[in-house]
Amino acid sequence: MSTTTTERAAAGTADYLDQRTGLGKAVKEFARKTFPDHWSFLLGEIALYSLIVLILSGFFLTMFFVPSMTLVTHDGPPATMDGVLMSEAFSSTLRTSFEVRGGLLMRQIHHWAALLFMASIVTHMMRVFFTGAFRKPRELNWLVGTTLLILGLAAGFTGYSLPDDVLSGNGLRITDGVIKSIPIIGSYLSYFVFGGEFPGEDIIPRLFTLHIFVVPGLILALVGVHLFMLVLHKHTQYPGGGRKDTNVVGFPLFPVYTAKAGGFFFIVFGVIALMGATMAINNVWNYGPFDPSPVSAGAQPDWYMLFLEGSLRLMPGQGTEWVIGGYTLSLNILVPAVIVPGILFTFLFVYPFVEAAVTKDKREHHVLDRPRNVPVRTALGVAFLTAFIILALAGSNDLIATHFSLSINAITWAFRILIFVGPWFAFWVTKRICLGLQRKDRELVLHGHETGRIVRFANGEYIEVHRPLDDQERWLRVNYDAHRPLEVEPATDSRGVRRKGYKQDRRMARLSRFFYEDRVEPVTPAELEAAHSHGAHDEIGAAAGREEIGSGSTH
Amino acid sequence: MKALAARRHHRFAPVVLLLLALLVTGGVYALLAPSPASADSASTQDIETGKKLFQANCATCHGPNAEGSDTVPSLVGVGAAAVDFQVSTGRMPMAANGPQAIEKPAQFDAEQTSQLAAYVASLGTGPAIPTADQVDPAKGDAASGAAIFRTNCAMCHNAVGAGGALSEGKFAPALTDVDPRNIYQAMLTGPQSMPVFNDANVSPDEKRDIIAYLAEQHDGSAGGLTLGALGPVSEGLWAWVVGLGLLIGAAVWIGAKSS
Amino acid sequence: MSENQHSTDVTSADQNTFADPGIPEHQHRRGDVDAAASKRAERQVVVLFAISVIGTIASLVAYFAFRPDGTTSGTRLSTLTLGLGMAFALLGIGLAAVHWAKAIMNDTEVSEERHQLSSPDDVREAAVASLKAGVDDSGIARRGMLKGAALSALALFPLTIAVPLVSSVGGDWNVSKLRHTRWEKGMRLATDPTGRPIKASDVTIGSVFHVIPDVSEKERSSGEWLSEKAKAVVLLIRLDPRDLHEADDRKGWSYDGIVAYSKICTHVGCPVALYEQQTHHLLCPCHQSTFDVADGAKVVFGPAHRPLPQLPITVDDDGYLVAQSDFHEPVGPSYWERLK
Repeated sequence: MSTTTTERAAAGTADYLDQRTGLGKAVKEFARKTFPDHWSFLLGEIALYSLIVLILSGFFLTMFFVPSMTLVTHDGPPATMDGVLMSEAFSSTLRTSFEVRGGLLMRQIHHWAALLFMASIVTHMMRVFFTGAFRKPRELNWLVGTTLLILGLAAGFTGYSLPDDVLSGNGLRITDGVIKSIPIIGSYLSYFVFGGEFPGEDIIPRLFTLHIFVVPGLILALVGVHLFMLVLHKHTQYPGGGRKDTNVVGFPLFPVYTAKAGGFFFIVFGVIALMGATMAINNVWNYGPFDPSPVSAGAQPDWYMLFLEGSLRLMPGQGTEWVIGGYTLSLNILVPAVIVPGILFTFLFVYPFVEAAVTKDKREHHVLDRPRNVPVRTALGVAFLTAFIILALAGSNDLIATHFSLSINAITWAFRILIFVGPWFAFWVTKRICLGLQRKDRELVLHGHETGRIVRFANGEYIEVHRPLDDQERWLRVNYDAHRPLEVEPATDSRGVRRKGYKQDRRMARLSRFFYEDRVEPVTPAELEAAHSHGAHDEIGAAAGREEIGSGSTH
Repeated sequence: MKALAARRHHRFAPVVLLLLALLVTGGVYALLAPSPASADSASTQDIETGKKLFQANCATCHGPNAEGSDTVPSLVGVGAAAVDFQVSTGRMPMAANGPQAIEKPAQFDAEQTSQLAAYVASLGTGPAIPTADQVDPAKGDAASGAAIFRTNCAMCHNAVGAGGALSEGKFAPALTDVDPRNIYQAMLTGPQSMPVFNDANVSPDEKRDIIAYLAEQHDGSAGGLTLGALGPVSEGLWAWVVGLGLLIGAAVWIGAKSS
Repeated sequence: MSENQHSTDVTSADQNTFADPGIPEHQHRRGDVDAAASKRAERQVVVLFAISVIGTIASLVAYFAFRPDGTTSGTRLSTLTLGLGMAFALLGIGLAAVHWAKAIMNDTEVSEERHQLSSPDDVREAAVASLKAGVDDSGIARRGMLKGAALSALALFPLTIAVPLVSSVGGDWNVSKLRHTRWEKGMRLATDPTGRPIKASDVTIGSVFHVIPDVSEKERSSGEWLSEKAKAVVLLIRLDPRDLHEADDRKGWSYDGIVAYSKICTHVGCPVALYEQQTHHLLCPCHQSTFDVADGAKVVFGPAHRPLPQLPITVDDDGYLVAQSDFHEPVGPSYWERLK
């Protein structure tokens, strides 16, 4: 009776562990914890799973990589690198690729996983932003997440540079140029990073330590915090019947979510393995070992750093390097490489707090917003993405030029203009679309679905029959808050004394007006009632004396 | 002969003729083109025919004596290599004014090209057409070629010769399918925007090494599909489209209710 | 809160909102009502797991069958077969687990109550009391000197790590090295990477030479060389003297139309390597800064601000090109004390 033996063994182990850890409480608490089901909730899981793939494949690679800039003569494949003087880092990368079985596969898996890690973080953040999942009580988790984004950039950047090839070496050189542009301490900071003059002989071992120890350590710690808070807060859910701020509707962690999430890990790993098997990525032997003289066309960083590259490319150099009292201030580098990313990341960090302030909202939110119901937030998000995409495209302007037979100078000028006009235009269009969708929702709730059935009244009037929404459909469209702009208390109190903080309030009210001045209120039962009594023809079945003449388009 | 005459109107006759013509052209090309000796010892008749071709097809821009003008380069002293490069790749005669002359099907056959080359070479000494031996990838050293290519060529033509952008709509073309002879000639003569890499700068052996390096690229990438070999931008695009595309597809499937 | 300072709730009055219709009714799957469908789903899951096992076996077979031989095609075959086996092994498990969860496991949604995150008032009060008791026990509030001493010790001890670290982490911290390069009076110009000295007669009009200082083979294979090369690389170009416009104070810096400019961009330091011989423009492939070689390498487009530094050259007795001196200004990107 193997079943009973197994059961007895399981019971014995459980008892042993519980006596020593009190595991039973945790199992009782978490085994049937409810998780809402939606595909967009899996975007963050893609990030988590590609991180695990990164750690597994990264471990494999560290077994063979030598983080050293000592020059050696490479002896072995590929033919184009045989007998070439290069750093040990580059040589060991070649050896991993061509002599370790599965080595190139692991390198490609690692690199594709890194690109997907960043891509899934960005899409996950988009989901969180557009649905308002960053609202109380999750503001802190949004900060943790944004910090993880930056750490992801750091992990990518430090790893990208490790093979010590020409392409990534030029990336480091650009980094050195950016560091040097920092006022007062720039050249010292460059020495700090490179252990002396660029490139020196220290940077690869230093980046290695950062890449395999410091940055992943921080990432893992913060992922721990991120997931802890996720469990603490319980997951958000999309609006719908029975979904309230006081409950969570979904499937139990064990077994449904365990199977789905666990299975998804294997799918993510499998897709990355498929990419690593079939699609070449970062063939460093084509770029050659780092040497400060060569550079190749298409010199770009990985996609998540392209926005910085584009920002550097767009900035005109005329009149932007100032000499003040003999000291050089390079605005042509500082503005695009320090200030522009500074603005982008500041926006991400402060947005939840700004929105809470202009909304005066102190409640907990666990039901997500439909993006259309918060037009200005949605529009700001789209404007932000537009700016990011324009900068990334500007960072690819040479490839756009060759692939679309355009002049690189013309493209650069077009992007210089677009970076100012594009986000503004995207904001305006998105806000209009959101308001339009909200009005359409109102229309639908008040008048129901068009059915295409045309009827004629006894008096000769023709109308189309509308089918009212069912409860679930209606609830989805009426269950939201249309926030109103804050109003300011008078500048003076009842006795005519000037009030403290009046100016601050007025500024906040102005910002609040920007957010909530244009709004579409949800339909109230009274309005629906009024609409029904006005258009009694909606309830067609009961009325007599009408004759259906057929169905078809209303137009 | 009679039999031949009888079949003159056979419907395959034009095809056979065309094949014959191609065979003859190929033969003539094989005899004439690759050898600088034959260019040097070009018969006076070739030069004469070349001159006629030049007057009819090139003189409008380059002038009756190939002396050029303010906007059009003089061809005196450019050598046979330059003519062979420009004409056999179809860049010359130019079809239309643009940022640069682009590659297109050649207008002249191999014999006419060699006659034109002979005529221009007769106007002043210049680089000759390389021999087959000089451009044989099998005789070059790909590792040396890779190093020379990185320093001298990759900044415009990309690390594996996939091409790249220059200013104002000009571009460095992809080298993937370029004939080794034309690669050699381009280095030697510096067509259009491209600078000259004379033999003191990149020696004939090094030029052949570069050709060997580029030939090595025909094997594709050890990693799989090359995705255009354009570097991180195309890799990023594929990561989003293929990788994230598949994964979001999977997520939608997981989130959807089973039927 | 004042009446005027609106909180933004919209319709608080209960009679003015719709009622929540509750969780939608559970829709049965085919497998829930049809035993055959359920059995079919189970078989599919089994097949998927089997595919995974086959993938693993295939991957192991590939490991032994395709030994990478260092060639492009051999490496590609090994990578492809190992990777495909792995992908099938993983995707089989993933698809099986998800299909299992979707088609076979109970799919009735459940609702769980959320609890207020903040602690109840009595707990908060107890927490504050504990902290207060602790502070009282330590006596830190009454003993100012003790507080100061503890804080000073904690604030100072990191210096024991930071000082030795900072003193060495930046090498010798001698940033004045940024001003100088390997070039000196009489040093020959040599081709990069082959190291052949260049004669003036070798440089024909329209040529571009990528140049390094003519140093010994030994120096070129030393560890410090890359840092020197990173500042010293030069582009050598011969222009038709009629095209060349030279500033009066630089008339003697070129030789017979041959000019030498630093290859390091004044923007952020990429090698400005693209020379367009017809326009005499140098283009940086990283950020498209464009410099006009015929006109003192001034910036004509892009994010760079300053012209490329010029290396004064002449010829020696044997006809080789040599430097007259080092550059007259620091090469590469701008930095704060560049002009000091």
